Amino acid sequence: MSDLEAFRAEARAWLDENAPDGVRGMRADELNGVWGGKRPEFEHPDQKIWLERMGAKGWTAPTWPVEYGGGGLSKEEAKVLTQEMRSLDLPPALIGFGLTMIGPTLLRFGNDEQKQQHLPKIVRGEIRWCQGYSEPGAGSDLASLQTKAEREGDEFIINGTKVWTSYADKADWIFALVRNDGSGIKQEGITFILIDMDDPGVAVSPILLISGKSPFCETHFTDVRVPVSNVIHEIGAGWTVAKALLGHERTMIADTFGSSAGGARKPGERSSLSSFAAARVGEREGKIVDPVIRDDVARMEMETKAFGLTTQRTADAAKAGHQPGPESSMFKLYGTELNKTRMELMVRILGPDALGWEGEGFDELALNTTRDWLRSRGNSIEGGTSEVQLNVIAKRVLGLPA
Amino acid sequence: MKLILDDDQQMIAQTALDFVDEHSPVTRFRELRDSGAELGYSADLFKEMAGLGWAGIPFDEKLGGAGMGFAELVLIVEALGRKLAPEPFLGGVTMGGSALALSGNEALKNEWLPSVIDGSRVVAFAHQEPGARYDRYAIDSRAEESDGGYRLSGEKAQVLDAVGADAVIVPARTSGEPGDRDGITLFLVETGAAGVSVARQVRLDHRNAAIVALDGVEVNSAAVVGIEGQGAEVIDAVFDRATCVLTAEMLGGMSEAFDLTVEYLKTREQFGVKIGSFQGLQHRAAEIFCEIELARSCVMAAARALDAGDNDATKLVSLAKAKCSDAYLLAANEGVQIFAGVGMTDEYDIGFYLKRARATELTFGDAAFHRNRWAELGSY
Repeated sequence: MSDLEAFRAEARAWLDENAPDGVRGMRADELNGVWGGKRPEFEHPDQKIWLERMGAKGWTAPTWPVEYGGGGLSKEEAKVLTQEMRSLDLPPALIGFGLTMIGPTLLRFGNDEQKQQHLPKIVRGEIRWCQGYSEPGAGSDLASLQTKAEREGDEFIINGTKVWTSYADKADWIFALVRNDGSGIKQEGITFILIDMDDPGVAVSPILLISGKSPFCETHFTDVRVPVSNVIHEIGAGWTVAKALLGHERTMIADTFGSSAGGARKPGERSSLSSFAAARVGEREGKIVDPVIRDDVARMEMETKAFGLTTQRTADAAKAGHQPGPESSMFKLYGTELNKTRMELMVRILGPDALGWEGEGFDELALNTTRDWLRSRGNSIEGGTSEVQLNVIAKRVLGLPA
Repeated sequence: MKLILDDDQQMIAQTALDFVDEHSPVTRFRELRDSGAELGYSADLFKEMAGLGWAGIPFDEKLGGAGMGFAELVLIVEALGRKLAPEPFLGGVTMGGSALALSGNEALKNEWLPSVIDGSRVVAFAHQEPGARYDRYAIDSRAEESDGGYRLSGEKAQVLDAVGADAVIVPARTSGEPGDRDGITLFLVETGAAGVSVARQVRLDHRNAAIVALDGVEVNSAAVVGIEGQGAEVIDAVFDRATCVLTAEMLGGMSEAFDLTVEYLKTREQFGVKIGSFQGLQHRAAEIFCEIELARSCVMAAARALDAGDNDATKLVSLAKAKCSDAYLLAANEGVQIFAGVGMTDEYDIGFYLKRARATELTFGDAAFHRNRWAELGSY
């Protein structure tokens, strides 16, 4: 038996012994997953036990070094772990921006003290993080940010407002971009800094979206005093850190929209979209009666499949050693545009049933679809607008002149 | 299924690109068109290509083929598509060759396929009838039994690579009515036989295409390709293969049209700046880039699914054809628009790509046809 197969057997045995019954079969998406933090929310008490056990083992962050609380696994072992969790129908014990965003950033840019301070708490789900990048009025031009950081001895004094800070009302710490120097070009003089949300002067107000409730907030900083030792990388080098993290975010968003592509079905079996359309629009002799809707359903399925094949092609190339370049902007662009079109099609399939906002007379699926459609309009805005992605492709992939 | 080229495939692709660059610049296609050459392609260059093993790629090694698959053949055809090389890889090699390979008629296969593979003979596939549009079963040509053989009558239109072909494979009705899937039988008919006439048609893309008329052509029962009355089986399989190969040509064509356009964006100046600096044009170029990337993934997937005999191969072929039809037209239409005035002139090559984009779109079903087929295969 190879080392990897030995690990597989060992991991499976541990998982099977330690996973409480209540978490088996649970999902860990944005709504159902455990985000941790000082005020953690558990839908089921077993999720707490599961988080404690997995956190102690370091398997919430399987590839992070053991010295920072991680699992110390190789990429191959981590993949095996994921496979075994899937086969036992076990959800990840923890999700959130600590694991996916600030953790990897600290591993790459943080000093040892910073890693010691933050990483183990992320692994154990004790601290929940949020991201403070965008500002009111800055839009797609992230580098024009104005939140000020004035040096006073060993501290920075922070003043300004961050917007679209997802889950800031539930987070314990924020990683933020602030301006320490406004004299040079705008990409210079930006610093990447960590701020405790409990510090005096931090205030959070939720944002109501066109779709209704949302995780987004505005976060205000008024004379917040932050130690200089909370700066990641160097003072004024925040843009470098931010770019590395943004690339990561775009891949993540694209993954989210790409993952629904073309699940395996038996030949001749209807997809969920075509079943939905046939049920809502009606069918005659096995065909969706509205020929335009039918054509659009086919178009949507085919575009989704083509996009899925393209993400697969890039993944296959990456496995063969080709590093993904600026063409990854294509995935953010295409994935989000595709999702918007899909949601529009869903609303058109529902027809007048899609007009419900809340309350009686509308079914749950229709109500959710309408909210999701409105929310989907933001997909091509957040994480860099579609227009910004087109700029990146034009300039950095095709080499068109400025 | 891995959507990546292995080392051998990379070598095949590079060899093909190098060969086409050296021996088949677009000026060669232009000269063929201007000369009004009946054949529409170079018989000598085709023999040279066959000599490199290209015509035998998907066929049995015992008959002189390479025993590889469509994942490899598409690499060759993509390179040909880049420079509009009109040699008979679609109608001849893929359609005629595949029909023989799939026929189950060992005698015919052994007699004809080796010469298709070595390029010494061309066998075309005469399915299309006037007015049939994309209905591959709309066969009105008749085969009546006579003296232990058959007598064939009917007319075929736009038969690809039929001019100069040594034989054509003719679907004709032994029973039923046009539109019926049953009752179609395939026959190998030598073009020199009494009652066969081949008349060149001039299409907008100037490719080799002809009306093939059959006027009481006598063939014996050994000329039956496949099983009597069940020719649709072979037709379907030939169409899947041919459509896949065609999408590879389209992929090459759209890639070259786009490369020409991007180069023009980087060099052409208006109002004192390069036109490629205009955001309105940059975004359109970026969108074409994305569409070509998606088309490429679909062509690769379709070819691999055919090679593996996957259940969803037909769906993936339809996906590739739908995507390539839209993407090639997009790249060519936008190319003409961005080249602008000179793009409208015959002197510039971009117009050739627009014509070929339209011709390939309307061959074997356009995007809407394949979306309908996708829906039918998905039971809705």
